[in-house]
Amino acid sequence: MPHWIKACDADDVENEDLIRFDHEDRTFAIYRSPEDEFYCTDGHCTHEEVHLSDGLVMDHVIECPMHNGQFDYRTGEPKRSPACIKLKTYPVKVENETVFIDIGDQA
Amino acid sequence: MTATGAEKRDYSLTGPNSGPGFTPSEWYSTKLPRKRLKELMKRSDRPSLINYGLWLGAVLFSGALLVLTWGTIWAIPAAVVYGVFYGSGADSRWHECGHGTVFKTQWLNNFFYQLASFMSLRNPYLWRWSHTRHHTDTVIVGRDPEIAFPRPPSIGAWILNLFYIPALSKELVKMVRLSFGMLTDEQRDYLIEADRNKAFWASRIQLAILLSIVGLSVYLQNFLPVMLVGLPTFYGSWLHHIMATTQHAGLAEDVPDHRMNSRTVYLNPFFRFIYSNMNYHVEHHMYPMVPFYALPALHEEIKNDCPPAYPSLLAAYKEMIPAIVKQQSDPNFYIRRPLPTSAEPTPDYQRPVLQAAE
Repeated sequence: MPHWIKACDADDVENEDLIRFDHEDRTFAIYRSPEDEFYCTDGHCTHEEVHLSDGLVMDHVIECPMHNGQFDYRTGEPKRSPACIKLKTYPVKVENETVFIDIGDQA
Repeated sequence: MTATGAEKRDYSLTGPNSGPGFTPSEWYSTKLPRKRLKELMKRSDRPSLINYGLWLGAVLFSGALLVLTWGTIWAIPAAVVYGVFYGSGADSRWHECGHGTVFKTQWLNNFFYQLASFMSLRNPYLWRWSHTRHHTDTVIVGRDPEIAFPRPPSIGAWILNLFYIPALSKELVKMVRLSFGMLTDEQRDYLIEADRNKAFWASRIQLAILLSIVGLSVYLQNFLPVMLVGLPTFYGSWLHHIMATTQHAGLAEDVPDHRMNSRTVYLNPFFRFIYSNMNYHVEHHMYPMVPFYALPALHEEIKNDCPPAYPSLLAAYKEMIPAIVKQQSDPNFYIRRPLPTSAEPTPDYQRPVLQAAE
């Protein structure tokens, strides 16, 4: 069951960058790709609980600011050790310059 | 400076102090505007290709001089120069490429990481994970596998390590053990399952190359091959060792603030070239994804929130040596770094394992 929530305005995220978005007790990372597409993943690196929002976006890769673990933020696939576990991704839509993410069923 | 008590601490990763360190959010970092941080973290191949090209050129040129002067008195200075570029230069470059920040092009990072790891006689997988832990738990007792100066520090080992003897003998033992697929309990603690086979094969390849070089020397009845590959790590790492000692020696343990457990020391351009700017060590730990060539700029950004940098190696040693001597009788003694009045204070967190022991 989709559960769309407003994450940010499109202008809040620079091209080839990300921002942090906290919702209730969860934290997410919202990305804007070089092609101006938006993506969303869990906010923390799967290696250690380091927030990815301080990391560097290079093309379609997010690099963890602590240990250089890298993920493809479009799919969540780990690309470089010490990241080994896939990052959870979430559907994103942009309506009227507002970014929404689907965080699924509320437990 | 402070001095209390005299008990020794257990630094093993499987002992009573091996409980959790601090969470990433508890570690202090000087706030930087996102835009500036992105500029500093940005990768570029150009400065790194120049640096690494010069370094490789210097290794090859001084190595050629060693070959040409072999058998004459001039081989001694040639070996000194070659050894520094090979042993000390590779040690800092192994470290930098391990962080993956040196080149924008990843295969260049990986290539130089493997090359410099071999030249430093380090297992590339074991050290990557060991160093990952070092950055998570910098100078956290029972967590950090790379505490070079457990209190009380061994002065004898430090002197022998000018020729890499204790460190290298450990690395060679590791290489042989890993070649046979053997891990210690401590290595199991930080080397993930998925990289263990890679670590074993890396050691087998390194060992095979070293044995081939030794075999060539025996076959030729000539010491030159081992002087060119293998031994330079022994006789050439002294400069790196002298500089790297300043990173954490004599400073605070178990504190989630790199300003308190790491040092920044100003060095001359040649030393910084050999050492890949690792003299900006507070900066490197606070923002490990900033490449070596941007560390001086990062230093300018955060220096007002940090203890003053040491003006020279000599100044750092003038403070370190008395502290290390004092730690022989008082292992709880450490150097307390002064923060400028404008700086944010050190976070007041304490490790759960230490709280439980109180």
